[in-house]
Amino acid sequence: MSGFHRHLRSQRIIATFSGLEADLLRTLASQLVELLRNEAAVPNDDRDPFEALMDFSGPTTEPEDPVLARLFPTAYPHDEEAASEFRRFTEGGLRDGKAAAAVAIIDGLEEAGLPPELSEDGLVIDVELEEAEAEAWMRSFTDLRLALATRLEIEEGDEEFWYSLPDDDPRAQIHDIYEWVGLLQETLVQALMGD
Amino acid sequence: MSSAPVEVEPTLTPDEITLRANPWVTIVWNDPVNLMSYVSYVFQKYFGYDKKKAEKLMMEVHEDGKSVVSTGSREEMERDVQAMHEYGLWATMEKQE
Repeated sequence: MSGFHRHLRSQRIIATFSGLEADLLRTLASQLVELLRNEAAVPNDDRDPFEALMDFSGPTTEPEDPVLARLFPTAYPHDEEAASEFRRFTEGGLRDGKAAAAVAIIDGLEEAGLPPELSEDGLVIDVELEEAEAEAWMRSFTDLRLALATRLEIEEGDEEFWYSLPDDDPRAQIHDIYEWVGLLQETLVQALMGD
Repeated sequence: MSSAPVEVEPTLTPDEITLRANPWVTIVWNDPVNLMSYVSYVFQKYFGYDKKKAEKLMMEVHEDGKSVVSTGSREEMERDVQAMHEYGLWATMEKQE
């Protein structure tokens, strides 16, 4: 895996993936899109204002899924009312933006020749991204890594634990994928920074 | 009767004047996921900070657990927090004491 780099002549950000790697990225991006579109983005606030204010025991406006809660954090930790207003005005747009970035990965891979069903062995996918596309991929890699890390419950400085798991532990396999997306993202950041 | 024109209180220190003009802050919190290079990239790209300032703020997030990355009006900080969430950074806002 050599990751992304900037092609000197075209100035595009390029990377080469095996068919399996490209298929894996597409699967991750598709799952993210599904998750983002799954749970209602905007809480039902069509109620009578008095009724809504009285309902202080009602469901929290923060998304229930921990991945979504991490992707859309509470902006005002000490002011519930301001936090829910902020969420009401921003979360829909943020969801659309994150879904669009994940779709950019899927489209980019398919335009580069990834078939709907991967069957062929030895397939090589050459991706060439313009600046804005590369930036969308980079942001979406963050979302994918946040999603995987939240599901795995990764914490600061717990690398030893992950490396101590046996290879056939599914968590170890997911952690490998998490690290792989991290390596991809690192090379993409460097390519965009022009280092 | 008309209300008196607002005058700058002569006793305010420069810090107090700044605080009154920019009473809100955007805070980015540490998380175990985001890459140091990425966080620094976001601070440069979005806020237009130079590499040195961006890396200083990134190291504060990494080592102290959080850093104030911008100050301004409430509306400005809401835009900044929203942008940080777009980039997947864990950001909150609050009024300066």
